[in-house]
Amino acid sequence: MADITLRVNGSEKKVSVSPETPLLWVLRDTLELTGTKFGCGAGLCGACTVHIDGNPIRSCSTPVSQVAGKSVTTIEGLGANGLSVLGQALQQAWIAEEVPQCGYCQTGQIMSAAALLAKTPQPTDEQITQAMNGNLCRCGTYERIRKAVHRAAGNVSGNGGAR
Amino acid sequence: MSPLSRREFVAAGVAAGAGLVIGFYLPHGNSSGKETFSPNAYLRITPDNKVTIVVARSEMGQGVRTALPMILAEELEADWKLIEIEQAGASTLFGDQTTGGSASIRTTWDPMRKAGASAREMLISAAALTWNVPRSSCTAENSHIKHAASGRSLSYGELASKAATLPIPTDLPFKQSKDYKIVGQRLARLDSPAKVKGEAIFGIDFRIRGMKFALLSRCPTIGGKVSGFDDKESKKISGVSYVGKIGDSAVAVVADSVWSAMEGRRVLNVTWDEGPNKDLNTAAVVVSLKQAASKKGASLYSAGDAAKASGKKISAEYALPFMAHAPMEPGNCTAFYQGTKCELWAPTQVPQDCRDSVATAVGLDPDQVKVNVTLMGGGFGRRLEHDYAVEAALVSKAINAPVKVIWTREDDMRFSTYRPASLHQLSASVDGSGFPVALTHRIIAPSISGQKGQPTPGGVDPDLPDEAGPVYGLPNYSIEYVLAETPVPLGWMRSVYALQAGFALESFIDELAVAAGKDPLQYRLKLLAKDQDLQYFTTTWHTARMRGVLQLAGEKAGWDKPLPAGRFRGVACFGCFASYMAEVVEISTENDTPRVRRVVAVVDCGQVINPSILEQQIQGGIVYGLGNALRAKITIEKGRVVQGNFDDYAPLRMDETPTVEVYAVPSSEVPTGIGEPSVPPIAPALCNAIYAATKKRIRALPILNS
Repeated sequence: MADITLRVNGSEKKVSVSPETPLLWVLRDTLELTGTKFGCGAGLCGACTVHIDGNPIRSCSTPVSQVAGKSVTTIEGLGANGLSVLGQALQQAWIAEEVPQCGYCQTGQIMSAAALLAKTPQPTDEQITQAMNGNLCRCGTYERIRKAVHRAAGNVSGNGGAR
Repeated sequence: MSPLSRREFVAAGVAAGAGLVIGFYLPHGNSSGKETFSPNAYLRITPDNKVTIVVARSEMGQGVRTALPMILAEELEADWKLIEIEQAGASTLFGDQTTGGSASIRTTWDPMRKAGASAREMLISAAALTWNVPRSSCTAENSHIKHAASGRSLSYGELASKAATLPIPTDLPFKQSKDYKIVGQRLARLDSPAKVKGEAIFGIDFRIRGMKFALLSRCPTIGGKVSGFDDKESKKISGVSYVGKIGDSAVAVVADSVWSAMEGRRVLNVTWDEGPNKDLNTAAVVVSLKQAASKKGASLYSAGDAAKASGKKISAEYALPFMAHAPMEPGNCTAFYQGTKCELWAPTQVPQDCRDSVATAVGLDPDQVKVNVTLMGGGFGRRLEHDYAVEAALVSKAINAPVKVIWTREDDMRFSTYRPASLHQLSASVDGSGFPVALTHRIIAPSISGQKGQPTPGGVDPDLPDEAGPVYGLPNYSIEYVLAETPVPLGWMRSVYALQAGFALESFIDELAVAAGKDPLQYRLKLLAKDQDLQYFTTTWHTARMRGVLQLAGEKAGWDKPLPAGRFRGVACFGCFASYMAEVVEISTENDTPRVRRVVAVVDCGQVINPSILEQQIQGGIVYGLGNALRAKITIEKGRVVQGNFDDYAPLRMDETPTVEVYAVPSSEVPTGIGEPSVPPIAPALCNAIYAATKKRIRALPILNS
């Protein structure tokens, strides 16, 4: 067991867990932020995607000790902190395009999309595929995800989205 | 009721158009409280004018929490903005609550319409009495009853207490589809906002105070058992509080957190009695199917005499592997056993089966078990089982505390119930123009229900009547089923036997078209040219409706227009769960690997409830079906499932996903299934396109492993 401090969605959190615990389980079990999902435990599906200092990572295979002192953003914080404009644009686009079916993977999808748009505000189809390919969806919502990313990009920049 | 009899019940109800007999109970008459108007179990109207609609099916992504309320709200003339949804748990009020067989809409269409229409009529009566005017001068609109002559209006909330005193009408006028304001609209799903904010509570997210977490170590060989275990190392893991045997074939590790339970399980030392299947492998399963093929089958469908037909004979054999559902949310269930009662929070398609099997497992009566239904991160049939619920209840009983059992992805992959492997023997006698005068399809597959110890009347798996019907009205046509045996655990996976039956039939029809030198679309249209009603068990299939979807698919795909260089097309059609589906696939090939570029999908599923949800289901079914077609394959070595995660069982990703264009034939017929019918045609349409591109015929799935 170790005391580890991390910044989650803008607030400082001290947790007492074994240092190899994956960040995913610290978020879900210790901090009760259950919007980040467990899908594969092996970095293969992207359901557990969160941002560390703005970069998307798979929290299921990231030991919490590696993120000590760093800034973690989860889906719960996406619409609320520094990325609020982008986060809300994505969440609204996801609703407008009626993306979610079961919805289980969608929080991870949105976190990957947020990381993409933060760096590439007007992504091409190819850039979207590249950024989103690590996120699985068994309901098969990929086509609508692509539309929603374009829509969010357009809403943020006000130009209707690049195609 | 057993799961099987439930499915049969659903099938029978659907076939008889008897949604009326399913799920419509008036349990508390019309007296559920002074102020609340609740004329039936599906509906409550409170004085604040809120309408609460109870959804008695499980939401696994298919949109029932929006689509089913739309049906009731339509007849009620409710203001959609004032609707609130309540998820029913296992209940005795709604008949069979199984969510499967693409049946939620078709079995609740009538009950939901009745529930809405009866309330509407009672509210009209309440207003007429209040104003002392004839009923016929009052109209229902937007959650109000209006009296046009005097300009008066009362909200449903204001009328609730009076309506609650009135008798429930029996003779109900239903709205005409041309007057629909809610049904048929692209209304936004009610569950989306919570899902995109991470606020939706799936089974795995549910928390209860004092709850522990458990993982189970299950015997890796099929049918094996625990012979002993050493928990010394597990108990050294911080947070692990209990290790104990659960049932015959698993050991549970209970801890304060999921991670501690995972670590505790990792170091747990179990010795297994590997049981009778320790040498089983996939090759032996294939051999056993081939051996079973020599047996006489049960007749599923018979027209004329296919055996006696003359003409040139063409035959082919097709094979499909075991597949796993692999929903995104791994199996889990939360249970709290407290001596004389047990409560579950289950992501389940079968709340009533969970209740009944948990009651048996922990020694309670079914009415002592309360099952709450959570959101599901996908189901696809995996959650038609109730193993996760029984495990959770047994662990809770063992530790005398609330517990959540969680499966890992590897657990989900290796301890699933699999789509049955199958073998298909097709033969045809063709006339001088190459059209079949006779066709025989022999389906050799183990029975899912049979393996679960449920009846297979006449040697027929009870799912086949919804999933393996005739497409074409041929004069001599025989569909037979040979019930094979396998120890590999079997389950109902999205579209169930329709995937196998559709792949084999529609690949074979393509082979016949090629042999005849005819265009595969025109060939099918010719076979469907005559209007015929084909009776298959209790369903009547209309060749005209199949022809309709096929024709429209051809038009929308531009079948008559030449393709760009390097592009190729394939087509297939199939009917299941009472819906008609045709799909045209357009591919290119890169290094001998097919790349699906575009799919045109046309469905005839009667009245469409919500076109956006319909598109979701069809697009999703096609992506799911493409994953099945290209790569899905579960293999067995030494009695163990080989695949474990999304690397060796790899679903489709965004880069492989084509554009899917969805069209529904306009219809006011009774709605039919939509969750599954898009799955079966995609594999044969793709394989037929691959043939067009390469002249290589794929007769075994998956495509990329053949």
